[in-house]
Amino acid sequence: MLNASLKELAAALAQKKISSVELTRLFLGRVAKLNGSLNAFITVDAEKSLAQARAADERIAKGLTQPLTGIPVAHKDIFVTRGWLTTCGSKILSNFVGPYDAHVIERFNDAGAVILGKTNMDEFAMGSSTETSFYGPVKNPWNQAYVPGGSSGGSAAAVAARMAPAATGTDTGGSIRQPAALSGLSGLKPTYGRVSRYGMIAFASSLDQGGPMAKSAEDLALLLNVMAGFDARDSTSVERAAEDHRRDLDRPLAGLRIGVPKEHFGAGLAADVGRAVEAALEGFEKLGAKRVPIVLPNSALSVPAYYVIAPAEASSNLSRFDGVRYGHRAKEYRDLADMYFRTRAEGFGAEVRRRILIGTYVLSHGYYDAYYLKAQKIRRLIADDFVAAFKQCDVVVGPTAPTVAFKIGAKAADPVQMYLNDIYTIPANLAGLPGMSIPCGFGKDDLPVGLHIVGNYFSETKMLNVAHQYQKATDWHQREPAGIRP
Amino acid sequence: MPLSLEEVQRIAELARIGISDAEARTVLVQLNDIFELIGRMQKVDTEGVEPMSHAHGSALRLREDKVTEGDPRERFQSVAPQVEAGLYLVPKVIE
Repeated sequence: MLNASLKELAAALAQKKISSVELTRLFLGRVAKLNGSLNAFITVDAEKSLAQARAADERIAKGLTQPLTGIPVAHKDIFVTRGWLTTCGSKILSNFVGPYDAHVIERFNDAGAVILGKTNMDEFAMGSSTETSFYGPVKNPWNQAYVPGGSSGGSAAAVAARMAPAATGTDTGGSIRQPAALSGLSGLKPTYGRVSRYGMIAFASSLDQGGPMAKSAEDLALLLNVMAGFDARDSTSVERAAEDHRRDLDRPLAGLRIGVPKEHFGAGLAADVGRAVEAALEGFEKLGAKRVPIVLPNSALSVPAYYVIAPAEASSNLSRFDGVRYGHRAKEYRDLADMYFRTRAEGFGAEVRRRILIGTYVLSHGYYDAYYLKAQKIRRLIADDFVAAFKQCDVVVGPTAPTVAFKIGAKAADPVQMYLNDIYTIPANLAGLPGMSIPCGFGKDDLPVGLHIVGNYFSETKMLNVAHQYQKATDWHQREPAGIRP
Repeated sequence: MPLSLEEVQRIAELARIGISDAEARTVLVQLNDIFELIGRMQKVDTEGVEPMSHAHGSALRLREDKVTEGDPRERFQSVAPQVEAGLYLVPKVIE
């Protein structure tokens, strides 16, 4: 059951081999057993989960099932969830009980899925290691001295340790894909606009995208079917005909053109990661795909541009946390201004404060052109690079992260070092393109390596096909960490 | 261009985040490192390039001007630090 795919779990539920209540108890048991050491979950509420499971069992009994009915899913604590504490990994929301449901949560509820709990994350999604969380770091189930990646590290650890069969995450600069890579999972950041951001606490509004994390591309397709969809409450939500993202999973890859960008294989890429990715590319060739060398000339500018745009948008988005309407409010203050200063100084962690300061500076009078406008022009160049590349190839493939997981604390002192973890993932966010990571082997210290796949706008179905065919020919995605059983 | 301590304090003021002198000094070093990273952007000629703010360049949707939502005030104010008679309470602003 713990290694079952979502399709298998749905079948087991339909055939009455297990009930949703039993399945939910099984995973709650896993959480109870492992969360003390892994710290993947911030909030678990068995009563609420089981109430949903009972409702799901009633639906199943009536034959009113959908593919995810009765299946427990863990949600990154960035999705506002009605009646559940929703902290965004921050002290400033440590007392915030969601008064409404995010669109994504509504979609899972409508599908009959069960909320298993709220997972730990870097504070306000700012981080690549889940070390900035107010609730403490998450441990990588593959080796608990190492980070699981971030910012969706809690979701990644939950699925990798078989505490949950699936989870949601969000990705602004790589926060689904990089933890998926470091924790041996499959994760997908959809095309910008696919998944509604209503109720998804905003970090950088032009970059944020919610997406699924699971053990396989097949599972991701099922989850994306639930998560994606137009929502009028998100002004950037795209109206498109609904599609079943599983429809092309079984297409053979003969003739697929895989773009390999030389800029993603240069200095800065660890040799062990490079080897695993090279082996994966050879694997694709065996499946009939063809390698096409491509260039993404403005690649090196993506991290600098991102660290202007994302903090700028964050400084604006986080100005709402002022102790007036929700969240933490300082206990003592002289006047209103002092209340703001203290509330925010007390409520935000160091990384969040840093990014707000950067963002405030680059948007301030006299600096807007030199920084923010410049970064937006670079963003155009980066997007144009991909448009050109997709004339020659169907997908762009490379490493997801420059190294395997690193030790907890190893990069915490140097923000710039931490930022460089996202060097391969950031371009897709800037361009608004869909990106995925799937496991493709192991590297140093037997830690997982992730393969990065970027597709053209709205081509998730094709990307899932590419990933699924690879996962049929390999078994990296089926490996599980030692020491997490029984 | 490196920031000065005064600039850090000015930005913190704009961002409404209280910061001590000691914290400002630590943050200054870190911010300068980050601005060095950001500075790499300046080497590229972007003359004539159209800035990109958003993946799809779509315009804001319009809708009919009629009420569609209920009144969630009670529910939303249930999580507020201090409310009274449907109003959020804050320290007095007007002298």
